[in-house]
Amino acid sequence: MTVLAPDRLDDALAALAGDPALTVLAGGTDLMVEVNYGRRRTEDVLSLRRLERLRRWHVEPRPGGGDEVVLGARVTYSDMLGADLARALPALAQAARTVGSPQIRNTGTLGGNLVTGSPAGDTLPVLAALDATVELASAAGRRRLPVRDFLLGPKRTARRPDELVVAVRVPVAGGPPEFLKIGVRNAMVISVASCALVVDRERRAVACALGSVGPTPVRDHAAELWVMTRLPWDGRHRPHPSVVEGFGRRMAAASRPIDDHRATAAYRRHAVGVLARRALERAWDRSAAA
Amino acid sequence: MTLAIDGSGGGGAGAAYELTVNGTARRVEGARPGDSLLHVLRDRLGLPGAKNACEQGECGSCSVLVDGVLVCACLELAEAAVGCDVTTVEGMAAPGAEPGDAALGGDMLTDVQRALVEAGGVQCGFCTPGFVVAVHDLLARVPDPGPLEVREALAGNLCRCTGYGRILAAVERVVGERAAAR
Repeated sequence: MTVLAPDRLDDALAALAGDPALTVLAGGTDLMVEVNYGRRRTEDVLSLRRLERLRRWHVEPRPGGGDEVVLGARVTYSDMLGADLARALPALAQAARTVGSPQIRNTGTLGGNLVTGSPAGDTLPVLAALDATVELASAAGRRRLPVRDFLLGPKRTARRPDELVVAVRVPVAGGPPEFLKIGVRNAMVISVASCALVVDRERRAVACALGSVGPTPVRDHAAELWVMTRLPWDGRHRPHPSVVEGFGRRMAAASRPIDDHRATAAYRRHAVGVLARRALERAWDRSAAA
Repeated sequence: MTLAIDGSGGGGAGAAYELTVNGTARRVEGARPGDSLLHVLRDRLGLPGAKNACEQGECGSCSVLVDGVLVCACLELAEAAVGCDVTTVEGMAAPGAEPGDAALGGDMLTDVQRALVEAGGVQCGFCTPGFVVAVHDLLARVPDPGPLEVREALAGNLCRCTGYGRILAAVERVVGERAAAR
């Protein structure tokens, strides 16, 4: 077993092109649990630790207008809680704050959350609600995929073995976002159900994605359209309760939860409807106050 | 440049590489491929301060600093820590103390260790090294944390004896002592 730790991306991509069977190590919070518990044999490893450029982020204008935040794949959950990045992407910061503990947040990375592709990945509903794009690189070149096309199923992604996720491009929302998560305590907990929602007053749009209630984050464009056409955009007052309830009902119906050791499908479906309702109310109130 | 760390243990002799632990270069021999930093610290380098409990980052009892950042040693691949500065609880003992001495007497203890003892924050003691590292990390970054900040910072360290009240009291005590000394 050899651990390769290049300090240049090109060297990492060349190594992966030469041996696509390399196990890619980012933070290690998922990989090392599997190794420790003997669920995974340790093969040759490509460590991304020394690729410092993947730790950076910046803001750039989007071709279609507005800005997007470009986050290197090794940006950690703790990085997402840094003041400047949290201001640019508040929902991502909210989600990052619910991940594990300080120790885990210091170690785990955004790219790792995506490539692990767990249905319970906490950043995934945020990335889905904000229509983020995943940037992949290989020795042969780069490509970009919308998050919804990158995540194929539980722990299945569109990453080819010779590719690395190098960056995630997240459009800056045109209004206040909200992220809510249910677990048995406020720390060290894998999500039972979660919800990311954005109210964009400028475009009169609502985007909502549910986590842990389907193989990948759940969006329902019909439900979003339904609520968008019923919100009182011309005023600052709250939407009619039937609108908020109807939206929660529609999102719950769109969810596809399963029974597992953390919760029953029935509980998850109920909970996610409550979360969608609550997220809509909170984000709407903040958009009205802005 | 690509660092290539051989963890294959060719010839059955086990891996051989070097880690920087508590400021000293330490040669690691005989580690198994895929060993966590925690296993290497405890079983190869004779540093048993970081404790092994859950091996999945849940309990915080193996907390160490890697390049000054608080992490769980059980989730670090040992070979991937080559070239990093690793600080364990042994490296936090007061100047002049030797590994293991910290248990012997007051003068060897850091202010956090002493406060934990005096406030009754140590019962079985298994979680204590992890708390010591995590509290030092918190107070180095935030000298005067609020009660909720302390709870959030220590949320990844589990204690099954104290009910946490006395651990939180110990943190408060250190914050007060350090403020008075400034």
